[in-house]
Amino acid sequence: MNPVNYLYLAALLFTIGAVGVLIRRNAIVVFMCVELMLNACNLAFVTFSRMHGNLDGQIIAFFTMVVAAAEVVVGLAIIVSVFRSRHSASVDDASLMKL
Amino acid sequence: MDNLIALLIAAPLLGAAVLLCGGRRLDKTGHWLGTLLAAVSFATAVALFADMLGKGADDRAMHQRLFSWIPVEGFQADIAFQLDQLSMTFVLLITGVGTLIHVYSIGYMEHDERRRRFFGYLNLFVAAMLLLVLADNYLLLYFGWEGVGLASYLLIGFWQHKPSAATAAKKAFLVNRVGDIGLSIAIMLMFTTFGTFAFGPVLASAENATEGKLTAIGLMLLLAACGKSAQVPLQSWLGDAMEGPTPVSALIHAATMVTAGVYLIVRSADIFNAAPDAQLVVTIVGAVTLLFGAIVGCAKDDIKKALAGSTMSQIGYMILAAGLGPVGYVFAIMHLVTHGFFKAGLFLGAGSVMHGMNDEVDMRKYGGLRKYMPVTFITFGLGYLAIIGFPGLSGFFSKDKIIEAAFAKGGTEGWILGAVTLLGAAVTAYYMTRVMLMTFFGEKRWQPDADGRPPHPHESPKSMLVPMILLAVGSVGGGAVFEFSGFTEWLEPVTGFDHGHAPISAAAVTAATVAVMVIGVGLAYLQYGRKPVPVVAPRGSLLTRAARRDLLQDDLNHAVFVTGGTHLTRSLVYVDHTLVDGVVNGTAASVGGLSGRLRKLQNGYVRSYAVSMLGGTAVLIAATLLMRAV
Repeated sequence: MNPVNYLYLAALLFTIGAVGVLIRRNAIVVFMCVELMLNACNLAFVTFSRMHGNLDGQIIAFFTMVVAAAEVVVGLAIIVSVFRSRHSASVDDASLMKL
Repeated sequence: MDNLIALLIAAPLLGAAVLLCGGRRLDKTGHWLGTLLAAVSFATAVALFADMLGKGADDRAMHQRLFSWIPVEGFQADIAFQLDQLSMTFVLLITGVGTLIHVYSIGYMEHDERRRRFFGYLNLFVAAMLLLVLADNYLLLYFGWEGVGLASYLLIGFWQHKPSAATAAKKAFLVNRVGDIGLSIAIMLMFTTFGTFAFGPVLASAENATEGKLTAIGLMLLLAACGKSAQVPLQSWLGDAMEGPTPVSALIHAATMVTAGVYLIVRSADIFNAAPDAQLVVTIVGAVTLLFGAIVGCAKDDIKKALAGSTMSQIGYMILAAGLGPVGYVFAIMHLVTHGFFKAGLFLGAGSVMHGMNDEVDMRKYGGLRKYMPVTFITFGLGYLAIIGFPGLSGFFSKDKIIEAAFAKGGTEGWILGAVTLLGAAVTAYYMTRVMLMTFFGEKRWQPDADGRPPHPHESPKSMLVPMILLAVGSVGGGAVFEFSGFTEWLEPVTGFDHGHAPISAAAVTAATVAVMVIGVGLAYLQYGRKPVPVVAPRGSLLTRAARRDLLQDDLNHAVFVTGGTHLTRSLVYVDHTLVDGVVNGTAASVGGLSGRLRKLQNGYVRSYAVSMLGGTAVLIAATLLMRAV
């Protein structure tokens, strides 16, 4: 199978993720969309690694996973504490930082 | 002997310090201390003079260096004194007349509870004036110059409870300040030109500098002289300065301080000799002031202000003579000394008259005083004869020489200056005769003073009469002594001397001087001697009314500087409000407005930030791709 197809898939996943971040309000869904974008990137990295025949992309993919895991921890903690204090998981409600 | 020079200054300076810091416990004895220390200074001066006479003409100059004042690399200012023939002449005049006026003040200020302070200021003045004439560099001279300005300010405003005196003091201080700026600029110019401001090097190398620079220095020195010596256009303070006690008017505003400008110009002779344009301006200033002061003197009814106009006019003579170059320097100084005698004497006489007349100064309310104050009448009369140039008296010799020197300048200028000095001599005779007739002759026009007390004219105490008599002796004999004892040879090593070539003979000049004097006296006699003097001043001609207002000097200053300054300030405020504030406020408003708009982007919605990030990333990628394609 042509590896380029994986790239199309990665692009499709990334787009879905990006659109989800932009249009969804539920913080959990937005978070999942972010994860989707990260994984789309991972897929693209691995694909390129395969296409070019070196391991750099795969190593980067592992780094991405570590960073994503750390980010999930912090992000979920923030979401939970926001939910606790405001009883809402909508990102539009958490707009107190504006002037 | 050289080390005695510092004592000249130290004695009165000590007096000033003790009297001003000593407090009330010195109230009883302070005036004696002040007078004694002035006399010590005079005695030292006489001793130095005797020593100087014993030496040859060329090595008479003495020097004393006390310490280095501002020791900076390339800028050496020393506290050092130089006593040459010119300084010696001044020192004798200052300490001599100064001591006499100290003695006079003991009687004159007897009833003033602040007499101790008065003597402290007088001593301060004497010290500063001696510093001025003894300094061996321009910077130290400037120090003394400011010192006499300070003393003059303090003494004009001595009766500061009178608003007029306080205002007059401030006016004198401010006008003098304009002149002082001239002196400081001149010193700076000297430093940049010659790299030093000591008299010796500056004057010796004056010829090496360009004429433009020398002219600039000369004009700045002249500005300084105009301020201190009340010459046009900085003359307006002298008339008001008569608000001070009369001994002050005699010492500071007639005999010594106001002549500092003449000293400055004569001291800087080498600079002026090499800058003919500056010299010409000096003579013009002198000639204008000579007539200006004389005309003002003719119209004033206040005896002290009439004498102040006369002082201005006589200093105009000296400045004119100093502007003539080596032909005139010696005679400027000679007239300065004789003027110091007779004008101090006249002022002391005026003070004596005021003392007997309940401090009335309006001559229209005097009249017939010669019988009541015979000594004052005789001493004042001798001073009067001296100033109008009565043959044989001191003013005759000195003024005659200046008129001769003015003619000797040569060319059209010589004729014009000669004519002006002759005209000045006639007007001098006129206004002095007027003062004499209105004060001592005619009918009694006495009026009770503000408290309703009628005046009881009486002769003043001895402490006042003795100085007046001694000054009268000086007024009578001074000129002849100078004329026949070789004053010219005495000063020549310092100032240089040149006989010049007068287009008319000396005898003709003398005859003309005497003739115009007789005309002036005669005119005044016709106007004030034969007709009774009205108590209320008649309205007078346009010129008289202008002269009563000091020839509109204050109105001119008001129109040009006060009104002009107000308008300048207003326009500057307008520019500040519209332009400067406009730019500043406009910048602030536009930044504020812009940030108000930009603020809207920060709406707090995560999703809109995500859109901005996406958009930004897209732009970055597009730009990268575009760059690569290019």
